[in-house]
Amino acid sequence: MPKYTLSINGKKHTVEADAQMPLLWVIRDLVGLTGTKYGCGIAQCGACTVHFNGAPIRSCSFPVSAATGQPITTIEGISKDNSHPVQKAWIAEQVPQCGYCQSGQIMSAVALLKTNPHPTDAEIDAAMQGNICRCGTYQRIRKAIKSAAGATSLK
Amino acid sequence: MRKTASVTRRDFLKSGALAGSGLFISFTIPSRLDSARWPEPYTPAGTQLNAFLRIDSDDTIHIILSKVEMGQGIWTTIPMLIAEELDCDWKKIKVESSQSGKGKDFQQDILIQSTGGSDTTRTEFDRCRQAGATARTLLVNAAAHRLGVSPDACRTENGFVITGSQRMSYGELAAEAAKLPVPNVQLREPPEWKLIGKSQKRLDCYEKINGKAQYGLDIQFPGLLTALVAHAPVFGGNVKAVDATRTKAVPGVRAVVRIPSGVAVLGDNFWAAKRGRDLLKIEWDFGGNDHLNSREQLEKYRNLAKTTGIVSQQKGDLAAGFEKAAHSIDVDFTFPYLAHAPLEPLNCTVKMENNHCEIWTGTQSPLLHQSEVAAFLGIQPEQVTFHTPYIGGSFGRRGSFSSDWVMEAVHIAKNSGRPIKLVWTREDDIKGGFYRPFYVHQVQIGVDSNGFPTAWQHRIVGQSLFTNTPLAEMIVQKGIDYSTVGGVHGSPYLNAVPNHSVELHTTVESVPVLPWRSVGNTHTAFVMETLIDELASLASTDPVNYRRVLLKNHPRHLGALNRAVEISDWDKPLPVGKFRGIAVHAAMGSYVAQVVEISIERQKIRIHRVVCVIDCGLAVNPDGVRAQMESCIVYGLTAALYGEITLGKGQVKQSNFHDYPLLRMNEMPTIEVHIVKSSESMGGAGEPGVPPIAPALANAVFAATGKRVRSLPIRLDS
Repeated sequence: MPKYTLSINGKKHTVEADAQMPLLWVIRDLVGLTGTKYGCGIAQCGACTVHFNGAPIRSCSFPVSAATGQPITTIEGISKDNSHPVQKAWIAEQVPQCGYCQSGQIMSAVALLKTNPHPTDAEIDAAMQGNICRCGTYQRIRKAIKSAAGATSLK
Repeated sequence: MRKTASVTRRDFLKSGALAGSGLFISFTIPSRLDSARWPEPYTPAGTQLNAFLRIDSDDTIHIILSKVEMGQGIWTTIPMLIAEELDCDWKKIKVESSQSGKGKDFQQDILIQSTGGSDTTRTEFDRCRQAGATARTLLVNAAAHRLGVSPDACRTENGFVITGSQRMSYGELAAEAAKLPVPNVQLREPPEWKLIGKSQKRLDCYEKINGKAQYGLDIQFPGLLTALVAHAPVFGGNVKAVDATRTKAVPGVRAVVRIPSGVAVLGDNFWAAKRGRDLLKIEWDFGGNDHLNSREQLEKYRNLAKTTGIVSQQKGDLAAGFEKAAHSIDVDFTFPYLAHAPLEPLNCTVKMENNHCEIWTGTQSPLLHQSEVAAFLGIQPEQVTFHTPYIGGSFGRRGSFSSDWVMEAVHIAKNSGRPIKLVWTREDDIKGGFYRPFYVHQVQIGVDSNGFPTAWQHRIVGQSLFTNTPLAEMIVQKGIDYSTVGGVHGSPYLNAVPNHSVELHTTVESVPVLPWRSVGNTHTAFVMETLIDELASLASTDPVNYRRVLLKNHPRHLGALNRAVEISDWDKPLPVGKFRGIAVHAAMGSYVAQVVEISIERQKIRIHRVVCVIDCGLAVNPDGVRAQMESCIVYGLTAALYGEITLGKGQVKQSNFHDYPLLRMNEMPTIEVHIVKSSESMGGAGEPGVPPIAPALANAVFAATGKRVRSLPIRLDS
């Protein structure tokens, strides 16, 4: 099997994998970072969202062969101590319930605020509608994104 | 307060020293039988210590629970109850999961250590506080003993015993406290409460926002293989022949094994196992189960509904009631199969070594599985260790009475001789059965000249959830599964009708079924609350006023209803193009009223606002109750708008979120939750917000279109 060198959370990882192996399973099963979740495998639920060169992608439908050459950030890479403004807002608004989708929700929200520091409701809808929360925490996610948008130290 | 089973302190609480130097309090969490038995509550005969409070010398407070955290927040609420009496440092609490059971109490433990029925907080309210108070008193006594002062001279605050200028941490006193006898304690009165009734932040929040929370799917250790199973395309199908030649050629595939539920492919990782599974060539024996289709099922159920069923509730003389009626209606309702679709797909890790089986899985009923696994492997339950990591949603799916996915994993581990992690794909989940059953209701109602019902004949047709399960003895009596009829049976509306009957036809299908968030109320509340709305409209009466007449002897229903009316401005007209509907229903001991505001844009329902009022008695963690109501509303709206599993030739037609859609951010209404200040008995919070939302929405759709919704999901074109 071919070898690929990936840059994940600022660290280089060389993996041997089938070219079509989705980045999600490379991150989880080969690199061993399990914060990124599997929910559907067909880019419908967003639980697997990671950043590829800063942009949110659905890693379950992104082959490893296309994932080289640009930095990848997973939920483990956004802060060391829950100090990212989006994480702080998630705590303040008490967003998670079962919590399974929240890695993906947070990665989508972080990417949204990076490109659009003060999104409107419609812009939040557009950016977040690819992330399903079966516990239905959407109202709190919306509030948290708005409160994070009000925070100053966005990375 | 809810009456608790009559056990004395000595029966359910013990203290002792820890192997290290800490204090250990063990206590009993009561059986779910107590709340599950229907219609009469049931008090279990014995008790076994099964929950633990441990104070270590480093001041850490460990709360070790058999009740599982699946999003509902009890790993925060139970610590609140303990901490209320313990006066500990909230930040030093660590909640852990523990499952244990053996000996003669094992059968009872199975039920004790399952989580469901929205019953945890209300059943544990007194006992958890008692455990906290006992620990605090022991720590105070230890401090008093050490300093030679009276316990009355000591007070406790934030993890310290304080007397004069002396401060001793709980950790420092724990070893001495463990040697003292268990004291009698007095619980604090509500005015003294510092935590109960005040919103607390979830203890599990911090590790759920950085990827650290470990779910079943995240279990990894060297040598662990991932297993995917090719399941029969029809329920009850079996493998006739399998050709795994191409599968075995996939790099990373390690084994292919036959198991009762299909063919398992074991790989070094998910992707290898998935590629291997996709390349299997299997010839199936459908076992005659390739005929079921949803259209014919509906016809069959409608025909059954025309015949008399087993009567669960009856009053007066139906025929005479209909004869006297000024007007009557005869309608039927259809409800589809629904998948729970928790976002974390089912998975189970099994490792077998030296006559010992270790299992990691997110489940509502670990001991039930433990017993089944032990029996299958021919070992003792103690030789099966269960770990329950965080659960990525369940909603009833992980409360499987047949231990379906756990046994599947055990079969794979046994037949392959390897440690394995079984993973269901989303397709396996959506197609995998264990659904909320398919139901038909047929209802005939006669009303008097004032428009109030004088006769009501109600027939329900569907599969039983609890027959042949460990809970059957409590819930199924004389052919009636009370979880199917509950909500019609016992309805305050029906009790106000002088002539009525509730009848049940229980069907048997190859499709396996399970309770789905709020159980039978998912369909019974819909029928009752849309019918009452219809009767009000036929009587040209406001639906709220109509309900008030029938609910006049039901203060908690009325209280929730009236508050929802007030908050939603029900009595004021809405802007042009907006419409609303209302519903009120009691389930799991709580009373919930909801008002839904909608508009219809390009033949699509847009939901703008939901007002939700809950009377659950004392709300221990109000923000937790609000979160559960928001969650219930989204769960119920998803089902009302989209939820439908259909079958053709015995095969499930849906497969993933593109054809089994879930509500998304862009469809999310504003939800306002109000909690009634109430000193009435405590109810649950995890489920009772579901039942009223679909009928409230359907009533709003009627207000908008003039058409009654008779089947779910709602279709505007039908």
